[in-house]
Formats: sequence, C-alpha cells, structure tokens
Amino acid sequence: MAEVILIEGLIYGITALGVFISFRILDFPDLTVDGSFPLGAAIMAFCLLHGVNPALSFFLSFLGGCGAGLVTALIHSKLKVPSLLAGILTMTMLYSVNLRILENKANVSFLKIDTIFNQVRTFAESLGGGFVSGDVAIVIFMLFFAFILKILLDLFFYTDYGIAMYALGSNPQLITSYGMNQERIKGVGIALSNGLVALSGGLASLYNGYSDIGYGTGIIVAGLATVMLGEFLLRSNKIFWLTTRVLLGSILYRGLMFLARMYGYKIGMEPNDLKLMTGLLIIVCLFVSKNDIKHIVKKGLLNRKEGIT
Amino acid sequence: MLELQNINKIFGQFTPNENHALKNINLKINQGDFITIIGSNGAGKSTLYNIIAGTYAPTNGEIFLLGDPPHALRKITKQPEYKRAKFIGRIFQNPLLGTAGKLSLEDNMLLASYKGIRSLKINLNDKKREEFRERISVLGMNLEHRLKDNVELFSGGQRQALTLLMAVMSNPQILLLDEHTAALDPSNAAKVMELTEKFAREYNLTVLMITHNIHQAIASGNRLLMMDGGEIIIDIPKEKKEKLSVGDLLNWFKEIKHKDLDNDRILLG
Ligand SMILES: Nc1ncnc2c1ncn2[C@@H]1O[C@H](COP(=O)(O)OP(=O)(O)OP(=O)(O)O)[C@@H](O)[C@H]1O
Ligand SMILES: [Mg+2]
Repeated sequence: MAEVILIEGLIYGITALGVFISFRILDFPDLTVDGSFPLGAAIMAFCLLHGVNPALSFFLSFLGGCGAGLVTALIHSKLKVPSLLAGILTMTMLYSVNLRILENKANVSFLKIDTIFNQVRTFAESLGGGFVSGDVAIVIFMLFFAFILKILLDLFFYTDYGIAMYALGSNPQLITSYGMNQERIKGVGIALSNGLVALSGGLASLYNGYSDIGYGTGIIVAGLATVMLGEFLLRSNKIFWLTTRVLLGSILYRGLMFLARMYGYKIGMEPNDLKLMTGLLIIVCLFVSKNDIKHIVKKGLLNRKEGIT
Repeated sequence: MLELQNINKIFGQFTPNENHALKNINLKINQGDFITIIGSNGAGKSTLYNIIAGTYAPTNGEIFLLGDPPHALRKITKQPEYKRAKFIGRIFQNPLLGTAGKLSLEDNMLLASYKGIRSLKINLNDKKREEFRERISVLGMNLEHRLKDNVELFSGGQRQALTLLMAVMSNPQILLLDEHTAALDPSNAAKVMELTEKFAREYNLTVLMITHNIHQAIASGNRLLMMDGGEIIIDIPKEKKEKLSVGDLLNWFKEIKHKDLDNDRILLG
C-alpha cells in the first residue's frame, strides 16, 4: 500500500511540478496539461511499440509536451487569446493528435513489452532473498528519478534566466523594464511545464502497463489540488522547499485518494466519485487559505481558554 | 541624448472619443539634464513617458535616443518597449511596479544588475551578495541584513527606494520618474527624493521627473517643463530656473492660456 502511494505520488508529482510552474511561478492558468499528459503516454506507447530505447522515449515524451506548451504560448501571445482559452484550444486539438499517435486505438496495452519498470522489478527479484521487493525497487527508482528532476529544476531557478522567469509571474512589468521579452520567457516556461507533465504521463502509462486516450481527464485539477496541499505542509520562499513541497503534496494527495478508494465504500463512495472529491478538496484548500484557518483555530482556542479561566 | 520630433498621439483616432493627448511635441534633452515636468491632470505627462518608453507608438513623429557605443543618436520610434528599455529606466507612482514582491531582495537586485537577455548561468554568489549589501546600505533603510527576505514584506517607502536603486544599478541612459514619491508618506517621500538627487549627481544621470509639487519642481533639477492640453507650454532653462518663483510660473501660465491655473494638487502639493 505505502509503495503504491509513493510510486504514484512521485510519478504524478512530476505533473504537479509542471502545474506549479505554470500556475504558481508564471501565474498562467494553463489547461494544456489535460492534453499533454496523455500526449506523453501516447508517445511512450509509440516508442515502446517501435522499439525505441527507454531514455530516448522519455526524452521524446518530454519534447512532445514542450511542443504542446509552445503551441499554447504562441496562441496566447501572437493572437492575444486569454491563457485559459489558449490552453483549452491546444488540449482539444491534442485529443486528435494523441489518437493519431496511438494509431487510432483508444487503448494500447504494454502487456507483452518488457518496460523499464518490469526490468527494475526483475532486477530486484534477481537479487534474491526477498531483500527488496519489486515494488520497493520501483519506489527507489522513482525516488531517484523525481529527485534528479527536482534538483535540475531547482538549479534552473537559480540561474539568471530562472530568476527572470520567477519575476515574470510576480511582476511582468519588471521583465520589460529590464530589457527582456515577456512572451519569450513565458513560452519557455509553459513549454517546460508541459514537458514535465508529458514526461509524467509517459511514466504513468509505463507503471499502469497501458496507454489510454482518456488519461488526461482531470489531471489539471488533481495537479492543482496537489500544489495547494503542498502549500499547507511548508512555508518558505526558497525554490528548494517550494519544489520539495510539491512532491510531498503529491504523495499526500495520492495517500488521500488511496484511502478514499480503499475505505470510501464505507460511506457509500464509489471510484467514480474521486473527481468530485478532488474538486471539493480544492475548494476546501481555497477556503482554508483565504480565511487562514490557523488564525481562526488559534483564536477559537484562545477564546475557549479565556472562557474556562 | 533624447530627441522627440513632431510627436503626436491621438487616442481612439476616427472614433467619437478621439483624444489628442500629445500635440506636436518637439523636445531635445541633453546628457546630464535633470528636467522637472509639471502640468494638471490629463495634461499628457504620462503619455509622453509612454511614448518615450515605447509602451505606445506615437501616431506620428520620430524618437531618437543615444544608444550603446559608438554613441550616436538612433531612431527608436518602432523599437519594441523591452528592447529600448535597455537604455531607459522608468519608475512609476505605484511602488509595487518596480520590484517583484515574490522574489527575495537579492534576486531582485540580481535582476537589476544588468539589462537584456538572461543566460543559464548562476551569477548569484557571496561576492555578489557582499556587493549588493554595500549598495543597499546606501539607502540607509536597514535592508542590508534582509537580502533573503521577499520584497513584498517591505514598506512602500523601502520598495520605492529599492526601485530607484535598482533602476540606477542597471545603468540607464535616461531615467523617467512619474510622480515616484506621490504614493509615499511625507518622510519617505523626502527620503526617496533625497536619494534621487544624490544618485542623479553621483552617476551624472539624465533625469525626467514628473511631479505635482510645484515647489519641488522649482527646487530640483536644471530645467522645467510645464505641460497643458497635450502641449509643452513652458520650457525654462537652467539660467532662468534659478531665479524662478511660483508666482512667475502662475503668471506665465495666465499669459499663455488666458486663464488661471486652478489645480489644487499642483498649488498645494
Ligand atoms: N491608454 C489610453 N487610452 C485612451 N486615452 C488615454 C490613454 N492614456 C491616456 N489617455 C488620455 O490621454 C490624456 C493624457 O493622459 P495622461 O495620463 O498622459 O495625463 P497626465 O498628465 O499623466 O495626468 P495625471 O497628472 O493625472 O497623471 C488624458 O485625457 C487621458 O484620458
Ligand atoms: Mg500621469
């Protein structure tokens, strides 16, 4: 159970990192994500079926996502279309593109293919003695994968370019004032964001053992819920902690969803209710952060104490 | 340094709300000038800045600016705002516009340490921090120990002083100030004004400063422009400005416009 939560948390945490970049750093609500996630999965399926090596297939998934993000950014900046609409346009177009990549099949199974996750599993089991189970080995693999990605991202945000990107979301005028092109930086950011999302989509399909055209529905909402959950865990202005908390938030979110799936039936919940739950979770997060619940609770406690004494 | 030739700006041209905001502006600014600009609301002062900075294109007319070496006037009329921003520093009335609140002080200063396209280099190191600490201490606002704090935690006065410092750090050919002390309380306004004059002197900056305070407009700088109805109606050079009084200005205005200058913000400011 813990293994599944960790694996899913880390895989979808990479999506959440992408969502963090667009929503939080660039202040650009980007819905492309619902299309670039299955795009990554579709590219991964294509690569597997055509015998492309794993590292290259990850890279191609990432690149595909970057391309999708770039399309959204271009629609937004060249046609002066609001970010939400630009994202929806790309997302809708991606549905057809994804089906094409999947060669017009809604679902492609990797059952007969020796994926990287299978290899990790077999390797762990070949060590013998039941020392590391297959799932634990995948957890370790994903920990490495997500951690390296996170560190690369942190490093990027320490560079002059990364700092400028961060500043763009906080005060766009400043970017112009210091001689930089807002649109170009935004384009790079949205591309990077969707690249991460697509990479995460590719990983998810590998882990699930199939690629599905419907993978994307609600991914953006889940990613947003993850980012918000993370924001309750830690407070900091250091990029290292900001990205760390996104990954932690993702594990927490997957944990919550896992509990809902396992025990939800006791309160009459069905698997189909999960999206509703995610939406409600976001609303609760928004409510709490708007009203600074800690303050309210503290005040309540103080009042109670005063009442007693 | 900067030259405007026959600049006109008409908002909503050929529509019922056509507004001729700038009328045939001709202006020549020399290196090291510190020009104060006054004028009533809607006179076109901010529009003039928007045209110089490239936020709006003029309806007609040309703009020339001294650029990179080899120093020569270049036509910048069609250059996009972010490109000519390399040579122009601009500070707005709103202290929030000049800094990025969600970034730490050191990140803001790094951003301001040069203009133009950024690379994938990590330039922020302890040597830079020491340099930033030294520069920020000039403001005398006790910010030198808060390099890691987000700028959103600072007061309006601190942010505007920082904005000014950042603009100066980036080495602009010309600095445009648009009522940059108007949103501050009197003591902070005085402090920022003092810094403005100090930096202008030390770095021999070319400055344009819009103000609603007629006394300040007379006291600072070496040239004074008065705008009204989209025109520069009075242009007072250094020699005449030294002996200028508020009364003189009001009389001239009356002579030119055949009406009294009835703007409380200017007279009382
Ligand atoms: N973007 C715009 N679109 C249409 N009209 C504009 C625009 N910007 C300014 N104007 C008009 O141009 C005229 C000059 O405005 P401007 O902002 O330059 O005045 P100002 O001298 O800066 O006044 P204030 O002292 O109030 O700041 C005004 O009539 C204003 O309504
Ligand atoms: Mg104005």
